[in-house]
Amino acid sequence: MTYDIQAVGESELPVEPSAVRAAEAQKAIEGKSPWVLAWRRLRRDRAAMICLGVIIFIVACAIGAPVFAAITGHGNMEQFDTIGRTPTGLPVGPNSTFWLGTDSLGRDLLVRIAYGARISLFVGVVATAVTVAGGTVIGLAAGYFGGVIDSVLARFMDWLLAVPFLLFAISLFSVAVVHPIFGFIGPGLPIVIIVLGFFGWATVGRIVRGQVLSIKEKEYIEAARALGAGPWRIMFIDILPNLLAPLIVYSTLLIPATIVGEATLSFLGVGVQPPTADWGQMISDASTMFLYGPWWYLVFPSAALLITTLAFNIFGDGVRDAFDPRGDLYV
Amino acid sequence: MSMETTTNRADGDVLLRVENLVKHFPVKSGKLVPGERDYVHAVEDVSLEVRRGETLGLVGETGCGKSTLARCVARLYPVTGGKITFDGQDITNLSPRRMRPLRREIQMIFQDPYGSLNPRRRVGSIIGDPFSIHRTARGEDRKKQVQHLMELVGLNPEHYNRFPAEFSGGQRQRIGVARALAFRPKLIICDEPVSALDVSIQAQILNLLSDLQRDLGLTYVFIAHDLSVVRHVSNRVAVMYLGKIVEESPVDGMWAHPRHPYTDALLSAVPLPDPDHAQQRERIILAGDVPSPIHPPTGCRFHPRCPKARPTCVSTEPELTPRLGDESDHVAACHFPVEDGEDISLSKPSIAEDQRVIESGLIAGA
Repeated sequence: MTYDIQAVGESELPVEPSAVRAAEAQKAIEGKSPWVLAWRRLRRDRAAMICLGVIIFIVACAIGAPVFAAITGHGNMEQFDTIGRTPTGLPVGPNSTFWLGTDSLGRDLLVRIAYGARISLFVGVVATAVTVAGGTVIGLAAGYFGGVIDSVLARFMDWLLAVPFLLFAISLFSVAVVHPIFGFIGPGLPIVIIVLGFFGWATVGRIVRGQVLSIKEKEYIEAARALGAGPWRIMFIDILPNLLAPLIVYSTLLIPATIVGEATLSFLGVGVQPPTADWGQMISDASTMFLYGPWWYLVFPSAALLITTLAFNIFGDGVRDAFDPRGDLYV
Repeated sequence: MSMETTTNRADGDVLLRVENLVKHFPVKSGKLVPGERDYVHAVEDVSLEVRRGETLGLVGETGCGKSTLARCVARLYPVTGGKITFDGQDITNLSPRRMRPLRREIQMIFQDPYGSLNPRRRVGSIIGDPFSIHRTARGEDRKKQVQHLMELVGLNPEHYNRFPAEFSGGQRQRIGVARALAFRPKLIICDEPVSALDVSIQAQILNLLSDLQRDLGLTYVFIAHDLSVVRHVSNRVAVMYLGKIVEESPVDGMWAHPRHPYTDALLSAVPLPDPDHAQQRERIILAGDVPSPIHPPTGCRFHPRCPKARPTCVSTEPELTPRLGDESDHVAACHFPVEDGEDISLSKPSIAEDQRVIESGLIAGA
């Protein structure tokens, strides 16, 4: 079809089909996506970039935990009864053999902390992913379909947010250990992730639902429906991209909370089980003998937990500022 | 098939026929146990026809139901009552699945060039949406078609990968037009397509729309509250007030002999370019506000504000028929239509203030 563009009377935007101009303009044509803009703002946030460096360092430690074992020559589970413990059976302090000292069973604390980072980060990321994915899908459905579906899901979320998390988690753990049907899950990582995900998604679901309620009234949703788009396409292609910014922000802030949650469960003895190295467990064990002198056993795992969560939190704040310079996100 | 052909022939060149369309919205009660529900009577018993290749203007104040009517016709809202026939086919209650192929033939252009484009998606994928939804073109082919559409509406096809935020209001409206044009629809419903734009840009979009109509043989339903815009683009005009059509006529007839006092008042509010002429003209100032569409007035819905209102207007609803010897295509719903040269700003309603029923069951001043 031939169509004379000039007849349209365009003055806002001169269309020049000249090849030279086209080649020149080529660079500017690719629009800057909101992601690129956000990343640029994040790059300028010094605190966030330092914290990103810390996070990368911790991740490297977790991945390279066997390296620590190789350098020190001390295995993850290896107990040093003679050199790793005092004659009275207490842990030994930091020295040239054990750089960060040993724990109550004479194991190398440095190696244990490095291995513990694996559990913390794994649970932090996986449980957050489960939480955010579940909350997003349920929040989308509740917000978009409305009516009875919304009422039921929203009430369920309210109920979930009202449940005392720790009490419920502890009892659920007991069930998982002895119950004839649920017993197969057993104590350990899976139950921790399930518990954290189950109690976490409602918050995400609420945020998503609220956003969907406002987005679905926009004219571009009506336009999609006028084009014949079905509910699934509208939810995942038209609405979801508008939710990604708040979701990413919320996820980065949820990871440290999840790490603390996991440490809490393990501290209480209902999380990851010994002899697997875990920060929460170490803090719990150390607190029983702190009065007898081995301060390093309490301080170093606590510091690892503190630095990790602090780094994630400050980085998360940076991400939020980068995505939302005007500060109108809900989170 | 043969039946369809017969109906087509019987309808002549009518593309869209709306018969006695009713649309009510339930009002949220806010109570835990819902009792008797209130309804907003957004569109009440509206009938109209749109012929192939013409532009039907739809005017009225904010909240008079013109956008609701448009969305009912585009099947974005379920209809409460009445019948919508498009191209000889009854589409009133088609299921979403059966409606899908028809979505290609009825398209909409929206009012807000900022709200009608998804800010998180690139222009190329927004305009390419129709192709991906109906799975007619993909990859390079889709890109080519999209760029052709961009060219058609006067956009630089190289801006394919930009985001809506990088365009001006007028350009965004062109993007909306390109998206609506993807399948060369038979009917395009323009819901106030220029009211959010600067006057200079308005003219460009209006010219674009009329050029496209000429070249592609489009049919428009054109909603606006700006009468001069409607006069510029329309062949016929329908005036709506509080969910009802009060007058319908070819453009020239409407401007020469407005019959309904409401039309007369609207026309008297159009700014004139000549200040001398404008000063001589009597502006008709309507008293009061538009009544609530939840409990619309009895009889003629305009009677609480009408300078010519008489007791009949409160008791009987006027029919939409030709008045004062007008042509058959100029219809008005008024018991006491405005005569040529009559100045209704001089007339006084012959019913007392407290007899006007502003809400059914509620007397003004009581």
